[in-house]
Formats: sequence, structure tokens, C-alpha cells
Amino acid sequence: MLNLILIGFAASAIAPFIYKPLKNYFGWIAATFPLYIFLSFISRYNQIAGGDIIRETFNWIPSLGINFTFLLDGLSLTFVLIITLIGVVVFLYAGAYMKDYDHADRFFVYIGIFMTSMVGMVISDNMITLFVFWELTSITSYLLIGFNHHKEKSRKYALQALLVTGGGGLALMAGFILLSQISGSLEISSLYDLNETIRNAPTYTAIVILVLIGAFTKSAQFPFQFWLPNAMEAPTPVSAYLHSATMVKAGIYLIARMNHSLGGSALWQDTILIVGAITMLFAATLSFNQMDLKKLLAYSTLSVLGTLTMLLGIGSKLAIKAFFIYIIAHSLYKGTLFLVAGILDHETGTRDVSKLGGLRKHLPITTVIAALASFSMMGIIPLVGFIGKETVYSAILEVDYWGLFLLSISVIANALIVMITILVGFKPFWGKLLSTPKAPHEAPIKMWLGPLALAVLGLLMGIFPNVFIGRLLDQSAISIISEKLELPIKLWHGFNFVLLMSFVTLLLGVGVYYFRTKILHIAQNLKIKNIFKPSEWYEFLLNGMMSFAKLQTKVLQNGYLRNYIIFILVTAVSLASLALFKVENLFRITPDFSITFYESAIVIIIVLATFMVIISDSRLKSIVGIGVVGFTMGIIFIIHSAPDLALTTFAIETLTVILFVLVLYKLPKFLPFSKSYSRLRDIIIASSVGLFMTLVVLYITSIELQSELKKFYTDNSVPGGKGRNVVNVILVDFRAIDTLGEITVLAIAAIGVFALLKLKLEDRNK
Amino acid sequence: MTNQIIILPIILPLIFAVTMLFFWKSVKIHRYVNLIGSTISLVVSVIIMIQVLSDGIISLQVGSWQAPFGISIVADLLSAVMIVITAVIGFATALYSIGTIDPGREKFLYYPLLQFLLMGINGAFLTGDIFNLYVWFEVMLISSFVLLALGGTRGQFEGAIKYVTLNLLSSAIFLAAVGILYGIAGTLNMADLARRIPFIEQKELLTAVSVLFMIAFGVKAAIFPLFFWLPASYHTPPVAVSAIFAGLLTKVGVYALIRFFTTIFVHDIGFTHNLLLISAALTMLTGVLGAAAQSDFRKILSFHIISQIGYMILGLALFSPLAIAGAIFYIIHHIIVKTNLFFVSGVVDKLKGSYDLGKLGGVYKYYPILGLLFLIPALSLAGIPPLSGFWAKFVVIKASLEIKEYLIVGIALLVGLLTLFSMTKIWNEVFWKDDPKGSENYIDESYKQISTVKKYLMFAPIILLALITIVIGFYAEPFFNYANAAAEQLIDSSTYINSVLGLK
Repeated sequence: MLNLILIGFAASAIAPFIYKPLKNYFGWIAATFPLYIFLSFISRYNQIAGGDIIRETFNWIPSLGINFTFLLDGLSLTFVLIITLIGVVVFLYAGAYMKDYDHADRFFVYIGIFMTSMVGMVISDNMITLFVFWELTSITSYLLIGFNHHKEKSRKYALQALLVTGGGGLALMAGFILLSQISGSLEISSLYDLNETIRNAPTYTAIVILVLIGAFTKSAQFPFQFWLPNAMEAPTPVSAYLHSATMVKAGIYLIARMNHSLGGSALWQDTILIVGAITMLFAATLSFNQMDLKKLLAYSTLSVLGTLTMLLGIGSKLAIKAFFIYIIAHSLYKGTLFLVAGILDHETGTRDVSKLGGLRKHLPITTVIAALASFSMMGIIPLVGFIGKETVYSAILEVDYWGLFLLSISVIANALIVMITILVGFKPFWGKLLSTPKAPHEAPIKMWLGPLALAVLGLLMGIFPNVFIGRLLDQSAISIISEKLELPIKLWHGFNFVLLMSFVTLLLGVGVYYFRTKILHIAQNLKIKNIFKPSEWYEFLLNGMMSFAKLQTKVLQNGYLRNYIIFILVTAVSLASLALFKVENLFRITPDFSITFYESAIVIIIVLATFMVIISDSRLKSIVGIGVVGFTMGIIFIIHSAPDLALTTFAIETLTVILFVLVLYKLPKFLPFSKSYSRLRDIIIASSVGLFMTLVVLYITSIELQSELKKFYTDNSVPGGKGRNVVNVILVDFRAIDTLGEITVLAIAAIGVFALLKLKLEDRNK
Repeated sequence: MTNQIIILPIILPLIFAVTMLFFWKSVKIHRYVNLIGSTISLVVSVIIMIQVLSDGIISLQVGSWQAPFGISIVADLLSAVMIVITAVIGFATALYSIGTIDPGREKFLYYPLLQFLLMGINGAFLTGDIFNLYVWFEVMLISSFVLLALGGTRGQFEGAIKYVTLNLLSSAIFLAAVGILYGIAGTLNMADLARRIPFIEQKELLTAVSVLFMIAFGVKAAIFPLFFWLPASYHTPPVAVSAIFAGLLTKVGVYALIRFFTTIFVHDIGFTHNLLLISAALTMLTGVLGAAAQSDFRKILSFHIISQIGYMILGLALFSPLAIAGAIFYIIHHIIVKTNLFFVSGVVDKLKGSYDLGKLGGVYKYYPILGLLFLIPALSLAGIPPLSGFWAKFVVIKASLEIKEYLIVGIALLVGLLTLFSMTKIWNEVFWKDDPKGSENYIDESYKQISTVKKYLMFAPIILLALITIVIGFYAEPFFNYANAAAEQLIDSSTYINSVLGLK
């Protein structure tokens, strides 16, 4: 399976090289690539349906436990087949649809990588490998939503989708790592028998929350649902493929996949159930005032995603059965309807439902396709959507206590979906012909062939459900709930309550369609407003982060060198003192004091000179004061018999004073800038630094130094270094490389002075 | 081969630099010597790394004065990988500089300064003596200061003054700390220090000194709240200089922190490493928020250096083998990626004549390859799998979770998301958005005058570093194993001590 993934990436990478010369046939060529993967996997259909599980392992980073472990079971095969089959249709379709776009070759690169990653994700058994593919789908989704990147909206919503799913991805990663700490392995299959252990682990709640954040962001569950309608900025093939049929189901796939290890607890089941139910109803109501074909479809997608999530939350055998049928049905009809919306947009120049009508004569094939898909979406017999909805209703009805309540909101949500279907699938084609920006005509074959095939498939699956879905269903259920379903799929269950509900749904939907403007009007009059606007929370968070970022940067990176120095000094002294405060007898340390007369005189001079520097209001006096301090330091070296050091100090101090005086002439007139407040602050900081150093030095001198170095240097200076001045021997022999370094410093400084004086370039950004 | 080879990464750049100085006036010779020299350094460094891998730690007592009396030069796994990566960046910068540095700077000894800088950096990575480390810091500081100010534009000086002042402050603290530590332990040799410190009674004083070292190196590494010099200066010099600084300079500080707080100061982890942990969290946060507030290509990148340094310090602070391995992996990844991002910013600047996001746009439409070359390091920096940055982040986060530092995990993840935000901001403004100048494909006049050869030289290092990023990402196992082994060497300092002091 690894080779299929590698082929996928390689094929995506060559797209730009072959696109231009083969532009007119590119859809056909591109479609062979998902087709090839589809065929490679469907050849294992019998094996998987027979109960086998195919596992392949390739080492990647074994020392971290990260490997390409691929696992093909019922669940992953179902997803792979959906992904690649719809991939064939979308690739073919995009060949025609994207023809007039600039840089369509890049489009095929992204979507190719996307499809490969998506396949990789659903067959990965290793959590981190799964995560790698997961993130790749987020990134390609970002690039695809922003494909029309000259539009600000595209860029903005691409980013929104990326941040929401990317943020969820990070949570997911943390969840995976925590989970792996329980079992010691990153393989999902290794968690199979650990359900008890995992649920009793102290990190269980955290794991569930983190994993679910990952899943809910990706599958656009409440309150993260807002990115999906906005993602409709993408070219239509992307909306059909990523944002309805495949990528948005990744989160749901994840929940299904993790169900056997994380599931069973009230936390897991109830959270999923409630969030799913809210999404289902909430998203459907949001579609009410939409007129854009794609937005309408997006809200219905959201609602369906909510239903699917809710089914996993219910978790009964019947719910799992419903989950599978519904996910297949939805992928087929929703993908198709998106492509139909794309055709309408492409052939008429508008996506506004209110401007579309009566096109059946101009787009006869599309009309048929739309009708077939719409019947499935509305749940009309004998399409697969009918079986889907029937099973969903029966599964909901089984739920204890909540059953009827859930069923009623489900009926409402589905009625709204019926309304959407009428708007998207029928209104544009029937009734009076409305004039459109472009003269309408039928789409090219590349654009209708795929959708037609999907629509027909939806019909066939409805009539022969066991041929297409039934065989894989048991194996898929095992992947989720470790049990076989043993529930046959039937198109017709007889006249019962559920059928009645289906009928009510349809009736209600049609009613809503006819009275939708009136209902909207009443809602407006009653001032019923949507108070839940998570998209505004997102904006609020983003703007808040930006304001905070600007504020903190202004405070920290304020541009004043003196503030930076203060920060560093205060940090240094306070933290180091913190460590020193633990010394119990710090202030009682009595180093060996035997102060001579000369020493005390020198100290007095230093202190006086320092005060002169601080107090004086003339620069010259201050410089003199600094000079005095320096020279007296030199005298200390003399007293302690280090004439070399003293001479060096004198030389440096003399030079410093001269240089300072020279610079003095270049400076503007002396003005006392600092306020008394800042002087006080500076005094405090300076004296605490001084106090700290004094204390430390006093402390050290109280310790008897036991160093072998002194003795070694004195002993070896003459025999080893051939020199009587130990300091010199240290400099040029014992530690010669230090001196090499320091000489280099001087050389660089010399070069630097030369170059800085001579080279004056123009400032480009004046 | 003998262990003399490990001094070559220090001596060779000096020889190259001096050679160039002999041909003061010939820029051409400078370029060739610099390029050939960088190549030789690269080869030598790789040989050293291979040798360290096969024979273990190599140490050399300079002048044959037995440690701890002379100065030891030591190459363990960490040092070895650092000099290799330095050589890689040196080589890439050599190419890029020929393509981008203006004739004025070239004439005024740009290339010798580059070699001096590399000498200082390699010295810092290889020395086993704390005062000698100070000397290499000085070499680095002075050469980087001159490189920063070379050209003498107003902006450069403004940045360079802040840079040099704050770094001198750090040097002063460093020097004071060296003096104090010598006063306590009576030795300057790192291995000897590591051996003696457990027996020193004045633990509090040691901790106080270790804090001073932390501050001194913290300034160099640009951690919170000491990083001010970095955003103040990195956007001012030519981009080749920014790039090599961005890659290497802060990492010398991080390296020093790792060296000191694994080999030497582990007597009070509860205090020192907790300080590091707090600083790491705040470094990550303030850095990434700083970046979010910028709208200049290089300033965004500069602030991101800070935030990424936080991840490395986090690895050190957690102080488990996995965490330190993560920090080392992070360093390797980050040097490559960050240098490359600066390179890309330079190409964009040449092409469009600006670093200001508001004035840029439309690059992706006409230069998809450049877009790809930006996306690889940018997404890697943001930790998008399977690029190198993902593994770096993954390991550090895994290590944090193992130690149950949940708060820090939350911060690290949030910072990851904000990093992605900043990278997409650049992508959005520079590559996706249409050029605000209106003309479909605006190209700066100066770009048209650049010769084809120079253009190749500009792109070659970018492609090279992007390839390395991809290789580390897709073939992470050997890199991670190496980082692991290096971390083990650091945590169990006995092999280091024995090797340097010649104990068996």
C-alpha cells in the first residue's frame, strides 16, 4: 500500500509538466490516477468482505515508534473506495471546469496530493502516520480554498479553515501522544483490547476531549462549523470533493476508528451524540436565508455531518448500520449535486438560486442528474438515500428517553434539507426560464459523465443494496464496535412509523419550501436572531490575539536601549539573588580582612570620584572622575604586586580619557535629561547590582580556594614554558589559544574601524 | 587520523581570512577563497563527525598541556553536529553572498569577516574551557558587530549599537561569572568543573553563578526577557548577514546553555531548570506574539527565531533524555530552516524591492518555484508534517507530556498554531495577494541587472537547504538517533569527563 501512496505523490508532482501540452485531454488523463488506486483497492474487496484484515508495515522512525503501518479493514476500505471513486469523477470534471483558470496545473498538484493523503489517512494504523496525512489534507485544503488567491475572501477563508482545522490537529496530536502512553504503542490496533484500561486511565478525559476537538474541527461540528460554508470560496470541484464527500468526513472517520478504544463511556457517547445533534439542527436552520447554490449545499452537508456524528454517539448496531449507509449515500448525492451546482455556475454564470429557473431544455442531461441525486437526498424510494434516511430514523427511535425528541429535531433538520434540495436540484431546471448572465447550454461530457455515473450508482445501490453495501457492512461494523451487525439491508420495510416519518419529512420540506419567504418574514418580525455565532468568536479571538500581540510587543520591544539594559540587569540580579538568599549566614560571612592604610585611602578616593561622576553637571568633570577611578584601580594592582596589570590598566585608562575628551567636542551641549524619578530608579538598580557583586565577592574570598592550577603554573613556568614571568607564560603558552583569539579580536576590530569609516552606503529605505 | 583534526574548524577559517587579507584589493580572490574555504571546512567537519561517531568523544589538549592546566578542545556528538551544521550554513552563505552582496561591502572585507565569524562560532562549539569560550564569544561578537554595521547605513548603525551594547553587557556578566566560578571551583576546564562541582559545599553560591551564566547565555540565545537586541538588529544588514546570524548566532547561546546546564550545573535542577522552563514558555509566547504584530518580512522571521528558541530551551529545561534529544533535533532543524527563510526573503526583496508585506505581492503567480521554496521551510517552521519541524515539535511535546507538564504542552501547541498563522501571513501577503503596485508582474530594476550566474548562486543554497529540510523530515530516523545519542552523552557526563581529563 505504501507504493500506492508514493505513486500518488509522484503522479501529483508531474502534473505541471504534462498539463500544458495535454490540456484538452487532461481530465481523462488525471482521472486514470484515482481510477488506478480505486481498482487496486477494489481488487481486495472480496478478501476484506470475507473477514480478512490486510496489514503492511514499513519502518519510518522506529525509535519513536512511528512507522507506516497500513491496515485495510472494512472501515478503511469503505472510505478508500468512496475517496477514489468520487476522485475519478471530480478529476475528470475538473479537467473541463478548471480549463479557463490560470495555473490549473497547480490545482491538480494540490488535489492529487490531497487525494493521496486522504487515502493514506484512512489506511494508517499508526496514529502519527495518520496524523501526518491528516495535516497534509488540511494544508492542501488551505491551498485549494485559496486557489483564487487574487480574491481577498479566498485568502481569508482559506486561512480560517486552516487555523480551525490546524488548531484541532494540534489537540489531536497531544491526544494521540497521551493515548500512546497508556498502551506504549502508537498503533491503533494495539489499543483494540485495551478499552477498559484506557477508560480507567487518569488521562482518559483529556484524551477524549483532545481527540474530539481534532475530529469536530475537521468535520465542522458545532461550534467549529463556520469554516465550512466559508470554504465555498474554493473552486466547485474542491467543494464537491473535499468539503462534502471526503475531507470533512475525516473527523467522523476518526471518531469511528477510535470508537473501539475510546468508546463506551458516557463522556464519549454523550458528547458525540449531543454535539452531532446540535450541528444537525443548527446547520440546517442556518440555510434558511441562503440563496447561493454552494452555500445551501454546504449547510446541508453540515447537517448531515451532524447526523453522522450523532449516529456514532448512539452507537447501537442499528446506528452503525445507518451510519454506513448514510455516509455512502451522502457522498454520492452530495458530490453529484455540488458538481451540478458547478455546471450551473459554469454554464449560466451565476450561482444565485433566485436567478435560476426553467433550464431543463437547455441542460437536459444535467436536469436528469440533478433529479436523481435530489431524490436520493430527499430520501425518496428507490434511491439509496431513502434507505439511509429510513435506517437513520429507526436508529434514532431506538434511543432511550431521548428517542422521540431526537427524532423530531431530526425530522425538522431533514425537512430543511428537503427544502434545500428543491432549491438546488429542481428550482433551477423547472418552472419559468429566467435569464442568466451567460447563455445557458449543456455541459461538456467530461462534466456530466461523472455526476451521471454517481447518480445512477445511487439508484442501483438503492435497488440492490446488498450487492453494493451489504457485504462490506459487517466488516466495517467490526472495525467500529467489534461486533457483526447481522442486520440485512432492505429497501422496503413495510408500512411503519418510520416510513410515516419519512413522509412527514417530505411534506414538511415541501411546505417549508413554499412558505420559506413568509417564515423568514415572520422570524424577522419576531426578531428571532441567531445568537450563536461561533464565527464571531473566531474573529474575536483572532483580533484579540492581534491587539494583545501589538500591545505586548510595544511594551517589551519599546526601542529604548536603556530599558533593555534595565530589563537585563534587573533580571540578572533578582534571579541570582534569589538563589543567594537561601544562604543562611550570608551577612555574617567574615572574609579575611586585613586592610592596610593605603588600601583604605584608595577606597575613599574611588568612592569620592564615583560620586563626582554621578553628581557633576559637566561632562569633563565626569570623565576626569572616571579616569580617577580607573587609575586608582591600577594602584590596587601595584599594591598586590601585579605591575603588568597595573601598567595595562594605566595605558587603557589614559586612552579612554583621551578618547572621551575627543568625542566630547562632537557632542551637543550638556542638558540634564533625566527626571528625578528615573535617576532614583537608576540609583536603585545600579546599587543593587553593585551590592550583589560585592556580596558574592566577599563570599568567595571567605572560601579557601583549592586549585591545582596555581601550583602547576608556578612549577612548570620555567621548565615547561621557558619563562620566568608566569603570567606571560600563561598567556603565550599554557593558554596560548586564548591569546590567539584575542589577537584575532583586535585584528577584526582594526578591520572594522577601517571599513566602517570608509564605507558609507546609501540607505535604501530612506 | 589523529585528534589534531578537531582544531581545524577553528584554525582553517583564520587561515582563509588571513589569506584574503593578503589579497586585500581583489574581491574575486576573496570570493573564491571564501567558497573553497567553506567547502574545505564542510569536509573537515563531516570527517570529524564521522570520527566522533565511530570513536566517541575526541579531545585535544592544546600545546600538549595536560587538562585542566591548558585548554582542551573537545568534540562530542553535540559539538560535532554543531560544527557540521555551521559549515553547511557557511557554505550556503558563501554561495548566497556572491549572488547578493553589493560590491561596496565585498571590497570592504565582507568575506574575511565572514570567516572570522565562523572561526568564533566553531571555537565556541569546540572548546572545553569556559574562559576560552568567552574568547570565542568575543571573536563572534566583534566580527558580527562589524558585519552588522558594515555599509554604515543609518538603520544598520541603529541596530548595531543596540546589538553591541546588550551583547557587551552579556559578556561582562559572563566574565564576572567565570571569575566567580573560578573562585569557587578553582578550575576553568568544563570537564574538571563537572567533576568538582558535586563536591563543592557552597551550593547556593554555585546556583547564583549558574544564574549569571544563564543570563549571559540567555542574552546570546535571545530568551525572555533578554532578547531585545535581536529584533532590533536582524532586519538591518544585508540579508546574507541576517541569514547566517539567524541560523547560527542564537544557537551558540543555546548550545552554551545546553552545555552548562547538562554537563556542569545540575546540582539544583529544581531551581535552575525551572527557571529555564518558565523562561522557555514566555520566550515561545512573546516571540510568536511579537511576530504576529509585525508586517515586515524579516522582522516576522526575527521574532520567530525567539519563539523557536523557546522550544529548544524547553527541551533543555525538561531535562529528560528525550527532551534534550528533542532540543538538539530542534537546533539542527531550525538552523537550516531559518537561514533558508531569510534567504528567500532576500530573493523576494531583490525581485520586488521591499521587505514590507504591504508593498509586496503577486510572487506566487509568476514564481511558483520560489513559492514552493518558501513553503518548504515555512511549513517546516510551523511544524507541519512530515517536514523536519514537525518531528522537532513532536519530540519536545512528547517529552513534555511524559513529564506531565501539561500547561507547557498547551503553550507549545498554541505557539505552533500562531507560528502557522505568521507563516501564512507572509504567504498570503507576499505570494498570494496581487502585487499592490498594480502592474501585473512588477520586477525591481535592480533584479533585471543581476547576471544569470548570480541568480543561480542565489537560488542554489535555497534549494540545498530546502532539500536538507525534506531529507530530515522524510528520513528522520538517523537524525533522531544521533540527537538521542548526543543527549545521552550530555546527561551522563562521565564519558565526557573521562575523555577530556584522560581518566580511564
